[in-house]
Amino acid sequence: MKSISIAFIIFTLALLSFSTYQALVVAPTEATMGEVQRIFYYHVPSAWVAGLCFFVNFLASITYLINRKPNADAMAAASAEVGVVFCTIVLITGPIWARPVWGIWWTWDARLTTTLVLWLIYVSYLVLRRFAAGSQTQVLSAVLGIFGFVDVPIVYMSIRWFRTQHPSPVMGGGESSGLAPAMLQAFLWNLLAFTCLGVAFVMARYHLQKVENQVESEHAQLALQGGTR
Amino acid sequence: MTGTNASSIQPVVVLQNLVKFFGRFAALRDISDSFAPGRLYVIVGDNGAGKSTLLRVVAGLMQPSQGFVKLLGAKPAREVANRVGYMGHAPLLYDELDGMENLCYFAGLYGLDDEGVCRRAMEQVGLDPQLERRVGQYSQGMRQRLSLARAVLHDPELMLLDEPFSNVDVHSAQEMAAILGRVRDRGKTIFVVTHQAPLVEAVADEFVQMAAGQIVSRKPMTRSAQPVSTVAGEPL
Amino acid sequence: MSSMSVTRATLMKDLRMEWRSKDAINSMLFFSLLVVVIFSFAFNPTAEESRLIAGGLIWVAFLFAAVVALNQTWARELRNQVLDAYRVSPAPPNALFLAKALGNFLFVAVLEVLMAPLFVVFYQLRSVGPLWQLVVVALLGTWALVVNGTFFAAMSIRTRNREIMLPLILFPISIPALLAMVDSTTGILTGEFSPDFWIKLLLVYDVIFTAVCLLLFESVLNAE
Repeated sequence: MKSISIAFIIFTLALLSFSTYQALVVAPTEATMGEVQRIFYYHVPSAWVAGLCFFVNFLASITYLINRKPNADAMAAASAEVGVVFCTIVLITGPIWARPVWGIWWTWDARLTTTLVLWLIYVSYLVLRRFAAGSQTQVLSAVLGIFGFVDVPIVYMSIRWFRTQHPSPVMGGGESSGLAPAMLQAFLWNLLAFTCLGVAFVMARYHLQKVENQVESEHAQLALQGGTR
Repeated sequence: MTGTNASSIQPVVVLQNLVKFFGRFAALRDISDSFAPGRLYVIVGDNGAGKSTLLRVVAGLMQPSQGFVKLLGAKPAREVANRVGYMGHAPLLYDELDGMENLCYFAGLYGLDDEGVCRRAMEQVGLDPQLERRVGQYSQGMRQRLSLARAVLHDPELMLLDEPFSNVDVHSAQEMAAILGRVRDRGKTIFVVTHQAPLVEAVADEFVQMAAGQIVSRKPMTRSAQPVSTVAGEPL
Repeated sequence: MSSMSVTRATLMKDLRMEWRSKDAINSMLFFSLLVVVIFSFAFNPTAEESRLIAGGLIWVAFLFAAVVALNQTWARELRNQVLDAYRVSPAPPNALFLAKALGNFLFVAVLEVLMAPLFVVFYQLRSVGPLWQLVVVALLGTWALVVNGTFFAAMSIRTRNREIMLPLILFPISIPALLAMVDSTTGILTGEFSPDFWIKLLLVYDVIFTAVCLLLFESVLNAE
């Protein structure tokens, strides 16, 4: 198991180096926006990975409520944390991209706003995990994880409609604008690399949580036998 | 271990490898035992022995960490909730309502909408159904009596009472103990957790001693006589 | 004993208790008035600008008033641990949830009915669009806030920082509903666009989250 993990990590790092090379060197410079457009290769894949993590959190939360196995809860915790990290990357790269191109840091663009709301939802999830009392943490956060993900499509639709009603500058293509083939290639490599990176982070965090759970249960078993308080 | 002579009767409560953790602390440590119906069991032991925890797990208010509980032939759940009565350490009453309002509300939860049931329950524990005073202004003795009334309102087969005599004056406590004895005589099973063993000696069928999350001894009593051996309940 | 009779009995009990300890109602009413006045100072209402922002202001005011009310709902059940008595009974958990949600709905609706005229007066509001649409938005929007609010209040009451935890987990998830309420109210007041999509969104939101709340409440009630 461990050797597979190490091999995967090395693979991911290699992939990341290659995709970074693709993004920063190989891909052609964009006509209107210039070099800063290269952030796109990080901005969009991060959003994708964040969404994937939150979906995993949704599945893990449901699984936990059904079978109450600590591993399901560990996966929920891991995926939420990594998801928030990638979400944060989206929210930081967005303004970095916007500022040179549009002269402002934030335009309440539909996609970015949706990401912001997702970020808020899952940060509140992490806060709940922090402040819930011991044994309830797992059930309560599993419940919130389900609520949060069910909300995602509604958030997306509501903000999209709002922007249709009250239009404002749209940040970055990806949705409407077609990508030149050379750019598409760099984009796909980065998408793959970031997905692998996300998987690596989640597995590492999951493993850490499992070990923590194991320590707790060892202590508990000890208390069971020894009768110490 | 139980040694009942009517061994063909189904035990009313069965504990199987029962474990309850609070974080790293094991409040109940691998308890396996069974209890015959129609008896008044008094659970005694030091603070932190796990008495209240055991009662709460049997009542279904907490899930076991390992093992299981069976009461009346089923896991604690809404199916048997109708036949179980629980009286907690806290009063489990609404301070802003008066006695009858409290009881009638809880009666409704059990599907009983007859006011007479509530009135009789109040009279049975020695309270006046006409009293319009809010429970928040009751004396402790009255509050404990009303709490007991709430627990037995629906005539349950199994009663789980946690410290029913706490802070109650001796006279009220003796009355309550007598009530419990009469209820047991009608064939009900009662579990009483208490620090005041002498109060229930006269009506108890068995003393169950707990320590450090385990049942360490069970001493059946021959009633209307002195206890068979010294029982380590903590008299207050 | 049916689910409906338990819900009704619990709701009546809560209303009776609320009526007796009138301090809760009175302080809520006064708080709502304060909110409206402070908003008027913060967002200076000349007639034209006010109609544009009124949609947002009203709902933010209702939201803050509602959160204060929601926090108190479950506190009553935790005093004397009386919730244990419910959990031990055969009464279904969802009946309790519905009773609390309906009680909160009534309570917040009363606040809205009292605050809305104040807004109209202070901001000299007139609605271009039909009034019944505003009522529909108010009903759907209030339920959206209350159904999740009641549920999350039950969750947050068991956490270490219970007062702040409720708005913390409620607000992000309520954003789509808030957006819908605010924009549809603005659309109706200004008459500039149709609130139809928003009303449909609110309906979808209400149905989905009411279902999710009913599905998951038992887990929360029995979380130790």
